[in-house]
Amino acid sequence: MNKKSRHIVSVLVYNKAGVLRKVAHLFARRGYNISSITVGKSEIPDLVRMIIVVEGEDNAIDQIEKQVYKVIEVYKVSPISSNVEDRVEREMALIKVKFEDNKQEIYQLVEIFRGKIVDVGQEGIIVEITGATSKIEAFVDLISKSGKIIEIARTGIAAMDRWDVSQGK
Amino acid sequence: MKKIKGSKMLFEALLKENVDTIFGIPGGAIINVYDELCDYENKIKFYLFRHEQGATHAADGYARATGKPGVVLVTSGPGATNTVTAIATAYMDSIPLVVITGQVPTSMIGTDAFQESDVTGITMPITKHNHLVTNIEEFPQVLKEAFHIATTGRPGPVVIDLPKDIQIAEGTFNYPEEVNLPSYKPNVKGHPRQIKTTMELLKKSKKPLVLVGGGVNLSGTMSLVNRFLDKFGIPAVATLMGRGVKPSNPKLYLPGGIGMHGTYYGNYAVSNSDLLIALGVRFSDRIIGNPKYFAPNAKIVHVDIDPAEIGKNVRVDVPIVGDLRNVLEKFLEYDFEVDFSNWVEELQKIKESHPLTYPKSDKYIKPQYLIEKASEYFPEDTIVVSDVGQNQMWVAQFYKFHNPRSFFCSGGLGTMGYALPAGIGAKIGQPHREVIVFAGDGGFQMNIQELMTINRYKIPLKIVVLDNNSLGMVRQWQQLFFKCRYSATILDDNPEFSKIAEVVGIKALKIQRPDEVEKAMRELAEYEGPMLVHALVDPRENVLPMVPPGGKISEPYLTAPYDENLEKVVKRGGSNE
Ligand SMILES: Cc1ncc(C[n+]2csc(CCOP(=O)(O)OP(=O)(O)O)c2C)c(N)n1
Ligand SMILES: [Mg+2]
Repeated sequence: MNKKSRHIVSVLVYNKAGVLRKVAHLFARRGYNISSITVGKSEIPDLVRMIIVVEGEDNAIDQIEKQVYKVIEVYKVSPISSNVEDRVEREMALIKVKFEDNKQEIYQLVEIFRGKIVDVGQEGIIVEITGATSKIEAFVDLISKSGKIIEIARTGIAAMDRWDVSQGK
Repeated sequence: MKKIKGSKMLFEALLKENVDTIFGIPGGAIINVYDELCDYENKIKFYLFRHEQGATHAADGYARATGKPGVVLVTSGPGATNTVTAIATAYMDSIPLVVITGQVPTSMIGTDAFQESDVTGITMPITKHNHLVTNIEEFPQVLKEAFHIATTGRPGPVVIDLPKDIQIAEGTFNYPEEVNLPSYKPNVKGHPRQIKTTMELLKKSKKPLVLVGGGVNLSGTMSLVNRFLDKFGIPAVATLMGRGVKPSNPKLYLPGGIGMHGTYYGNYAVSNSDLLIALGVRFSDRIIGNPKYFAPNAKIVHVDIDPAEIGKNVRVDVPIVGDLRNVLEKFLEYDFEVDFSNWVEELQKIKESHPLTYPKSDKYIKPQYLIEKASEYFPEDTIVVSDVGQNQMWVAQFYKFHNPRSFFCSGGLGTMGYALPAGIGAKIGQPHREVIVFAGDGGFQMNIQELMTINRYKIPLKIVVLDNNSLGMVRQWQQLFFKCRYSATILDDNPEFSKIAEVVGIKALKIQRPDEVEKAMRELAEYEGPMLVHALVDPRENVLPMVPPGGKISEPYLTAPYDENLEKVVKRGGSNE
């Protein structure tokens, strides 16, 4: 078996109909599962940046990136550093939590994780939390012990290489 | 500027792109374009086919024969989906096509309207690019980009899905002189340092080998390849798509191919070389066998216009991304003395001790024999189109190709039914060259309806049906790997192909004895009009050598016993006794 790991790829594209489908397909046909994808305006007018996070074998990823680059609307493909220390990676989640016995614990957790309460209702709250995927996962795990999670919406991952890493590239 | 309709824009753009030939079948969602065609018939020759797959393969054959893009015009829904196999065929072999499919009006897209299908979705993975036109003002630019993308860099098919309301809508026809696609800039130069490294490796090499691929035919650089071989005295082999190599020193080319059904000496050359210079190949699994044992002693230089090909299937030591013309010209600028004559002689000896051969017979027509004879009687610049299966491999082994762009087949997709329509397209593209089609009995029946097209336009195509009463290539695998259990591969109910041809208005001949072959091939070569030879060939024959799938190409089977039972299984009336 080939080694599997998590890869983050940044793709700059012209935002035309069907681009997302074309790019996603190239990962899918080699059996790469896309665990997160975000699309948004970039620093260049007309171009949007897709940040794609996939799980899959290490050996084919370079070749898939080259195939993605062949999609006519794709302007640039840059793999983001595979080393956690060399990149900044953030995701935001909105979490709707229903109070159970331990309302206080919920507020404490939000504070410890530096979350924000963005809505307060009779029966519960909505928390906004930002961080690396691992932080969000830890928060979800803990809060589910104090309250009942009703709904989670996550933005997907935004990531980029750190200054010193991207300069070296 | 005067406004014109979308349907008219299309033809004006075709004229700007120097398109004078198109292929297709009309229908409701493209009827406005076909109406417009009436006004262009003196400038653009339209060929009506009997099936959209046939029309699209014909455009493919036309493109291979001329180097120009093949243009197809079909309707929405079933018209478009019928082109899919042929588009995929062209995609795998990097053939430039521009396929225009009618579509339901934009307001109805997504409603499951009559004859609606998601053409851009369906063709996404089998096109170099596709586009659904949603605005009349963008249409001229879309057309310009389609031709540019199809024909530049690594060529390939482009689909334009054209809704009916856009065909009718009016807009300004401002055909761009140039394309502006910042995200599409094929790298054509070839890195000078890598080129230098290659030539330094060549200086040090004792056993260099050039592997010529389809990219050489596509880029029109065979003469540069021949010069490169002659200048440095390097021997060469070719893939299925790279035929037509002809250095002035005949010892420098080992004909007959490499890989699964390559020659022993061709595979020997690859397996023993110390420097493999691969030009425009994609290292298909049919060529490399088990990648671990492919060219185990060689440093591999891979020259290709498509960076995604480099390192895909085999390890590469020196990647050169660039246009073969530029790279070969740079290779040829180098001047130094090298002497590979020992290596060339070694290969000649192997070629003599392990020649490409087949068992002779005076009872059965051996397909290999017939192909050799055709090769003798047809002129050197003949275009040969084969179908898929045993017939394809035998043509690749036994036909002698003298020129680039002389041998067309569905190499990558392996599409049965390719040869007949592609042969028609090739003949339309090159009316002054002979075009001969070799098809198996199975594949011939997959687009047999295009015999009518031949008759409609009186296209003087030459056709040989190599009838072994079986889906021979699959039957061969069943004999060798599945204990002779012939599951669904015996076609003992084949029709008289010669009679079918005659009914359609095509001269035909049926032969079944070896002593009839020469005369038939001579007549086929000399006859002025379309003609078909239906040859009953030995049903027991296998394609050899054979490297089992995933095996080492240095260790092919050289022989395999006949399954004598086949004579009984394939019941034939007639004179083989
Ligand atoms: C459209 C299509 N269907 C099925 C196959 C699988 N296939 C490969 S070779 C072959 C047999 C071809 O038989 P025939 O055309 O008679 O040629 P032969 O091998 O006998 O020369 C088949 C069925 C294919 N390549 N293409
Ligand atoms: Mg057959």
